Amino acid sequence: MSEYLIGKYNYWIYVVLMMIGFYAMMGKRNLVKKLIGMNIFQTAIILYYISIGVKKGGTLPVAMEGTLRAADYINPLPHVLMLTAIVVSVSTTGVALAVLLLIWRRYKSLEEDEILKSIR
Amino acid sequence: MNTPHVQATILIILIPLMSSYAIPLLGWRWRGSAFFVALAAIGASTVCSFILLYTVLTQGTIHYHLGGWLPPWGIEYVIDPLNGFMGVAVCVISFLVTLSSKESVQKELPDKKVRFYTIYLLLFTGLMGIVVTGDVFNLYVFLEIASLTAYALIAIGEDGAPLASFNYIIMGTIGACFYLLGVGYLYIVTGSLNIADLAKLLPPLYHSKVVLIALAFFLIGTAIKMGLFPLHVWLPDAYTYAPSSVSTFIAPLMTKVMAYILIRVMFSVFQPSYSLEVVPLGVIMSWLAAAAILVGSIMALAQKDLKRMLAYSSVSQIGYIVLGVGLGNKMGLLGAYLHILNHAFMKACLFAVAMALMYRTGRRNIFQLGRIHRRMPFTIGALVIGALSMVGIPPTAGFFSKWYLILGSIDARNWFFVAVILISSLLNALYFFRVIENAYFEEKHGHLQEEAMTVVAGEREEVPLSMLIPIILLAAGILLLGLFNERIISGILVFALPPGF
Repeated sequence: MSEYLIGKYNYWIYVVLMMIGFYAMMGKRNLVKKLIGMNIFQTAIILYYISIGVKKGGTLPVAMEGTLRAADYINPLPHVLMLTAIVVSVSTTGVALAVLLLIWRRYKSLEEDEILKSIR
Repeated sequence: MNTPHVQATILIILIPLMSSYAIPLLGWRWRGSAFFVALAAIGASTVCSFILLYTVLTQGTIHYHLGGWLPPWGIEYVIDPLNGFMGVAVCVISFLVTLSSKESVQKELPDKKVRFYTIYLLLFTGLMGIVVTGDVFNLYVFLEIASLTAYALIAIGEDGAPLASFNYIIMGTIGACFYLLGVGYLYIVTGSLNIADLAKLLPPLYHSKVVLIALAFFLIGTAIKMGLFPLHVWLPDAYTYAPSSVSTFIAPLMTKVMAYILIRVMFSVFQPSYSLEVVPLGVIMSWLAAAAILVGSIMALAQKDLKRMLAYSSVSQIGYIVLGVGLGNKMGLLGAYLHILNHAFMKACLFAVAMALMYRTGRRNIFQLGRIHRRMPFTIGALVIGALSMVGIPPTAGFFSKWYLILGSIDARNWFFVAVILISSLLNALYFFRVIENAYFEEKHGHLQEEAMTVVAGEREEVPLSMLIPIILLAAGILLLGLFNERIISGILVFALPPGF
């Protein structure tokens, strides 16, 4: 049981972070808080990917002197994938912020309830 | 396999991608050039897509290795009959829709033309990328390109558009992140990202819970993205408030390409037997789809706004596609494939008509159309063809995909779904005939009369030719797809079925 809880702590952290982000996206009425929730959600996934590539005692994925054994190196591929995911996450945040700016200019508010009131 | 034809695989992405960066450069000096560059790029992609479809059907599946890296390490683009078919569908619709967008963009977004077409072409690139790629992570990147550009395009619409776009960003990001998690779970167990390689590595691991969770993440992610019934909340607002030209582009294509991802994941990454049977997933999907069909139709019936009505009708039509996939038999799946194509044509035609109405009258309320047919006879004629096809009247395309779906339901011995499809056709008839009635006849009673008469049926005043011709071509396409459906089924779609069907 402790192996299940502590041995896989990286997954637990990612799940908890993801749920925090998910709650903020679904439960909060303020649009900026939703956006922050979205960022936490995406970061949780990045953390998950990073943690699956790590090995205890592994070294940089650069061919060094001596015998080459795949088991000695950490897996760089998930990390490289996450470079792309970070770019995506940054662009999503950028687009979302630009949209929020549009909303702010039009309705002078970032509370979902107030905006819905002024649309109708 | 190193024929010049194969180069079309990469050109279909590269041409629109590079052109989208050329648009701001050229548009800086010549503002009018933006539209023509976009149209030329999409036209070139359309040519490539036809070459690819022809090559696939004559010489078999095309593999293109990016940068010469062999899969499973490098990224691979794969064109099989399903891809080739989707590519042609997306390209042809995009080309016609782009052609029709010229005047509408000029009128609705005069000072944003250059930026508009830059993003527009990137959206097209994203959609085509999803279609041609053979790598699950590459697919995620294209998925995000398509989504981000769609958010931006929707946000420039009228009042309410930014909020609709923001809600779409939140929902869409959840969908894309779930997809990414699915990729991550598969990577943990297999160490591969290539679809063909995954298909080889996964079967011995089917007992693993991780694989099951991955499939669940994939399905929920794509279901959010394509607006399957309980997850469709972002869709009606986004389609309604977006600029007309954008909803004409996004509505027919975005959800269809997402449905393609669903089919690809279920039948190429996983084996049909696994994805339909391990959990009774086919059953769950088809029941959800049945709910989507009914709820979408009923909600559409309650709308006054033409675009919102079409958006809810999209929700119900996505239901048809998912129903066909969920039935998991040959007829159902053929119906789903055919419906992807047919519905793309129908929705493009109907949204283009909505765009034309917005362009001429500035109205979308279907009760304010009073005798608009006198002003725009051809446009309304196209509306009638599109509407008949949505209802499923025989010579039009919509009839045949519903026919195959009903055959699929009968093969699955599920009479309830047969009833659902028939009831939904009746509901479609109700809400589309309401539009046709208002477009052809005067309101004879009630308080709506004065409003209705403000759009006086005066001089004949059709939309400009650049908008009218694509609308007529789309309407003609609906009829032709109906007449030649047997050719499409036996010539292309039967080859696109996953093995074992």
